[in-house]
Amino acid sequence: MGSKAKLAFVDALLAEQETRSCAVLTLRWLARYAGIARAMCAMVDGENGRLAGLTGLGLSPAAVDAFSLDLGDRTHPLIIALDGGEPVAFRDSSQFLPRPFATPLGNTSFHAIPLAGARNAPGSGLLLVSGGDSPLLGEVLWAAELLGIRLSALQYNRAQIDDRRHKRERAWLFSIINSVTDPILLTDADGRILIANTGAERLLTTEEDRSEGRRRAVALNNMLFSATLFNSGGGGTSQELVLVDPSEGQELLFEVLRAPVRVRSGEPGLVSVLRNVTDLRRASEEIEENYRRLRVAEAATRAERDRLDLILNSVFDPVLVTDPEGKIVRMNPPAERMFTVPTGKGGEEVERRVRINDAVFTSFVSNLYAGQSLLWRGELNLIDSQTGAPAPFEAFSGKVLSKQGEQTAAVTILHDLAEAVEKAQLYEQVKHHSEELRERVREATAELAEQNELLRRQAFQLEQASAMKSQFLANVSHELRTPLNAIMGYTHLLLEGVSGELTRPQREKLARVDANSRHLLAVINDLLDIARIESGKMPLQADRVLLPELIDEVMTEVEPVIAGTRLEVIRILSPDVPEIETDRQKVKQIVLNLLSNALKFTPMGSVSIRLGNAGEAGEISIAVSDTGIGIAEENQTTIFEAFEQANSSYSRRQGGTGLGLTICRRLAHLLDGRITLVSRLGEGSTFTLFLPCAPRKA
Amino acid sequence: MNDSKATEAPLVLVVDDVDHGREIFAEYLEFRGFRVATAADGLEALEKAFELLPDVILMDLSLPGIDGWEATRRLKQDERTRDIPVIALTAHALASAHDKAREVGCNAVVTKPCLPQELEQEVRRQLETATKNESKAQP
Repeated sequence: MGSKAKLAFVDALLAEQETRSCAVLTLRWLARYAGIARAMCAMVDGENGRLAGLTGLGLSPAAVDAFSLDLGDRTHPLIIALDGGEPVAFRDSSQFLPRPFATPLGNTSFHAIPLAGARNAPGSGLLLVSGGDSPLLGEVLWAAELLGIRLSALQYNRAQIDDRRHKRERAWLFSIINSVTDPILLTDADGRILIANTGAERLLTTEEDRSEGRRRAVALNNMLFSATLFNSGGGGTSQELVLVDPSEGQELLFEVLRAPVRVRSGEPGLVSVLRNVTDLRRASEEIEENYRRLRVAEAATRAERDRLDLILNSVFDPVLVTDPEGKIVRMNPPAERMFTVPTGKGGEEVERRVRINDAVFTSFVSNLYAGQSLLWRGELNLIDSQTGAPAPFEAFSGKVLSKQGEQTAAVTILHDLAEAVEKAQLYEQVKHHSEELRERVREATAELAEQNELLRRQAFQLEQASAMKSQFLANVSHELRTPLNAIMGYTHLLLEGVSGELTRPQREKLARVDANSRHLLAVINDLLDIARIESGKMPLQADRVLLPELIDEVMTEVEPVIAGTRLEVIRILSPDVPEIETDRQKVKQIVLNLLSNALKFTPMGSVSIRLGNAGEAGEISIAVSDTGIGIAEENQTTIFEAFEQANSSYSRRQGGTGLGLTICRRLAHLLDGRITLVSRLGEGSTFTLFLPCAPRKA
Repeated sequence: MNDSKATEAPLVLVVDDVDHGREIFAEYLEFRGFRVATAADGLEALEKAFELLPDVILMDLSLPGIDGWEATRRLKQDERTRDIPVIALTAHALASAHDKAREVGCNAVVTKPCLPQELEQEVRRQLETATKNESKAQP
């Protein structure tokens, strides 16, 4: 073998740029110049940490491709050989022990030659050549060395190129993922972040010198993010995640998309893409809100329209709304009567009338649209579509302008003139009647006022007359008393013997003068009492009165009178008569009077006074009965009138004034009581005084 | 009160504008042993009262000029005559006249016509009361 062949091999080897081609070239050269039957070249794949078959000689390509050893398997004889740096001969299968292994070369002896790189770089591969029983030829070693150098040179170049490309690609990749504003993260199985783009870093990482708030926000975000990683229940699902913007502080809503990947040495990892849907959510909420507002506005419009309809329908007069072309777009029921043919109630006549009305109305409205004024007034002679009767209307039209001043519609109100005329007539009638009535009321009122005035004057005069009468009586009483005082006084002086002793006849006659003057005084006193009662000037003094005590007093006063008679006087007092509230003096006056009368008019027999509870609740009675002359029935009423005594001659003899019963009855009334009389002529009389236990409330 | 007064009969001043009114009571009271002075109107009554300082005064109320009510009021306002009992005599039977008399200071009111005997009783009653009051005031 000449150096020419070696030189050609070197040239060819240097010309090759591919590792595989270099290996193929080398194996072919070895077959040709070193008589190698079978061989295989394996290369170190640093990236995957394996020694893999590259090409073979006299071997099946599939077996070569299948050859792959873990570089970490340090006890493997071939790996040991690779690391040893020196060729190793495997002569028989026993040498494969304690680790028997197979090679694509089959069950045969072979040499394993590490392919060293230049400058003792670690082996770049392993060359296996058959014929392990015989020593290695120099050509084989030379070629192996050459291949090693060439391969490591190629590998170095390639590594450099790859490295550059990787760096470039990595940079591109990063710029791509960084250009995505959505945060993108790659996490390992433990949730540690392996890669994060700028968007993710902004949310999930921070530097030490940042503010406390920011650090907290980031810590919180990391916690939230981690929680979603482990709660996701596997990749591929989308989740919502709320994070805090560490610089702005506002909440951001993300939709998380996940995809499982393999990282480094086949560990499972997870790519998370966080899509910021905050704005999306806000926009969707805004759309919902707008939609809702629209619905509300729609409802309001509908309500407004319904209300307008209600208002229109409640108007008695026909109301019509027309568009700018003069077409009727809306009308209320009274207008429908004039301008529409009712369904089912049509008929040619009705249709004709409606057409006429329509024409009349259209021409009226066109006046409005043609003119400049906003309002138009006119008279329309329409026809009642149902009856055909003429229906005169006064029409008021008003333009409805838009904000821009465009004519959008016109509203016309028709006012029934026929009705107005009728109403005016009716109003006149009502006015007339009311005027008449008012006149009558006025007259009646005037008359009433006049009568009132008259009554008032009469009442005043009456009052004055009464006052004058009382004054007159008081004066009369005074004027009578003064001379009476003289009469009684002188009589007494004489009787007392002031002017010397009197003869018996003189004394008797003076006694008569005395008795008569006393009687006169009694009459004057009674008259004064009556006058006082009548003028309402009799003062009353309410008092708690024990009637048995009062009756005792009266009895004591009349004792001298009783002593002068032979009458039996009986006193009967019911024990359960209550104390009553009344004017003591007046009651005493009445009882004294009744008792005195009984004693006077009873020549023989008995007189009784009986105190008891009256039948009526809250009333007591004091009854004075006698067995005297009695009073005829026809006199029983008049006896209570002034100066009436049943037997005046008798009474005068008895010294009565004839005013006693009158005063008694009036006093009883004054005390809210009454006096009754039961009598029979010749048999006797019973006068009973009834009194309330308490005065009635005024 | 001096010694002569204590031994003398009581002095009654009878005031009345009506002659017979004055005469009846004056004559009767004298007859009954009183000393009597008379006055026919209010002014005279005041003069006599201040001059004589009577033991009791019978005062008719209806008098010309100064009437009985006014005269009594003045008497009751004066230191000298304040304690002299005044018995009003009146033909007015109405309660209002009596009330007015008591208001101005009359010690008693007697309505005319009044029997001389009754009047004497009232005079004695007033004198008794006055003496009692006096002995109370100067024990």
